Amino acid sequence: MGKLYKFLKYFFITFWAVFVVAPFLWALTTSFKDFNSVNGGATYIPWVDFEPKLEGWRVLIKSPANGGVDIIEPYFNSLFVTCTASLISIVLGTLSAYALSRFTFKAGFVKNNDITFFFISQRIMPPIVLSIPFFLFLGAINLLDSLIGLIVVYIVLLMPIAVWIMVDFFNKVPREIDETALIDGCNPYQAFFKVVLPNSIPGLIVAGMFCIIFGWIDFFFAFILTFTEVQLLPVKIVALNSSITPWWSLSASALVSVAPLIIVAFIVERYLSKGNLSGAIK
Amino acid sequence: MNLVAENLSYKPDEQFHLNEVSFNFEKGNIYTILGRTLSGKTTLLKTIAGLLTPDTGAMQFEDKDFLKVPVWERNIAMVYQQFINYPHLNVFENVAFPLKQRKVDDQLINDEVTKSLKSVGLEGYETRKIQELSGGQQQRVSLARSLVKNAKILLLDEPLVNLDYKLREQLREEFKNIFSQGLSEDSIVVFSTTDPREAMEINGEVIVLDEGKVLQVGPAKEIFENPKTLKVAEISNDPPMNILKASIETNKIKFEEIEVELPNHLSNLKEKNFNLGIRASDIKLSDSGFEFEVELAEISGSETLLHLKRGNSRIIISIEEVLNFNIHDKVKISFNINKIYAFNENGVLSSSPFGGSYV
Repeated sequence: MGKLYKFLKYFFITFWAVFVVAPFLWALTTSFKDFNSVNGGATYIPWVDFEPKLEGWRVLIKSPANGGVDIIEPYFNSLFVTCTASLISIVLGTLSAYALSRFTFKAGFVKNNDITFFFISQRIMPPIVLSIPFFLFLGAINLLDSLIGLIVVYIVLLMPIAVWIMVDFFNKVPREIDETALIDGCNPYQAFFKVVLPNSIPGLIVAGMFCIIFGWIDFFFAFILTFTEVQLLPVKIVALNSSITPWWSLSASALVSVAPLIIVAFIVERYLSKGNLSGAIK
Repeated sequence: MNLVAENLSYKPDEQFHLNEVSFNFEKGNIYTILGRTLSGKTTLLKTIAGLLTPDTGAMQFEDKDFLKVPVWERNIAMVYQQFINYPHLNVFENVAFPLKQRKVDDQLINDEVTKSLKSVGLEGYETRKIQELSGGQQQRVSLARSLVKNAKILLLDEPLVNLDYKLREQLREEFKNIFSQGLSEDSIVVFSTTDPREAMEINGEVIVLDEGKVLQVGPAKEIFENPKTLKVAEISNDPPMNILKASIETNKIKFEEIEVELPNHLSNLKEKNFNLGIRASDIKLSDSGFEFEVELAEISGSETLLHLKRGNSRIIISIEEVLNFNIHDKVKISFNINKIYAFNENGVLSSSPFGGSYV
């Protein structure tokens, strides 16, 4: 048992680590190559295998007039749209989820579960089905090709995730905790903000993470609903592809675009391992 | 100035959770709500707290329509059977929470919380996290939090039920101490329990509740001595009072082909057939007694509960020592006839050894 188990364990972990990290290493080395190095076969070690060049990275920040692609503006557009939409989704989603978890709604045959399902059902339809209505709708209110239009659409996409996660989370927070807060002199708003919310931080983090990820990686709506005025990062990266695929700048931009998600993952991991999330609710 | 309720009814689904409940709670007293699980105890406490609004009925407290006062303005305290505390706060902050909510001066909060934690035996635990405490300690924290407020109404919803035996005994003692010393003259304590012994020990006014209905109200002693109905006799005794179909024939009581002498207090019974009630502790093993068959023997603490059968009748007797029996053993028992209760065929007490009658 002992040694073999340990060996297999480490073997598997190593294998998995290589499996996960390899694409990043590949992208990282490729981003420092030029045309010749990329086409010269599989090479991995800089200075030995190939001569590292910064061209792939420089292209990203150069203005188009100088032959660059300038991803800085789309980058900040993406950050702005994702963060704003996520924040609004979390705030609205958390409030709706609390209401759905704690109060009983009834309008004809529509009850709490039906409302929750309505939220989730927004995610059941394939994006392509939603794209035409969204396009017409944004066109009608003059928000096509604008950041605000994208934020509105992303809220529609992200809020169901927040509602779904938070309803489930609030259902696990004993109702008696809210009741005790009421008994201890809180009005319902104070009970929510002073007692329920501080105990729901793990849920908020998870919901926030999902919103940020889904918002950040969206290509489809960013592609359909914008033309020239506003561009988001995923669209810009795909647009890099021209007659000659610039693997070096594609790799560099891919790394840059994954960076925020990696940072988010590290922060959450820190927080998780500190044990702050476990055992909050018995 | 009393807490007065009239005809509170609450029926969220098919069944009544509260059915025409009325009471009059006076300040400075302890009230025990005794009932089995799902009898409506928690519903009643939540209604008093304001967490539930009854469908019909009225409640007055201090000349106010209490049903119109929102929970957070009622100045009540409640301890739940689950150990409910604020998990994100430490022990001190938990107990201080209601005072902070009232915007009490920091120094005063400090003094009051320290005093309150001391009274439940938790001094030195101020900075602990709630999750680091045992169940009993968690329940003490919520007790401290409810005591610190000096609430006008203190509601205790089966506060001991989720604790293990030893802790329960210990905390029950402390409850009694706290009730006897710490309670101010103008607060009302309402304590709910399923355990008749607990109700008798607390020795306040007892309200027997079943299926949302108040069956009997009275001092603990009165409930014990003169239970109004069969149901009350069942609920207020542990093990439940034994009930046998019996009849009176020429100065004898007959049941299951057993004849015992008619005790004096039953000599005035009008009906021939009645329900005979006798407590488990009023039946003894005796060589000259009547033969019953053992169905089950439970050892609980230092006593043995014997489930016996004869004909169609089943009874439970308690013996104050630990004895081993096998199933289908035959045992002989005798009844203490002076402790026999008689309930008429509608289940109402017609004669009790203590002279009570509700017929």
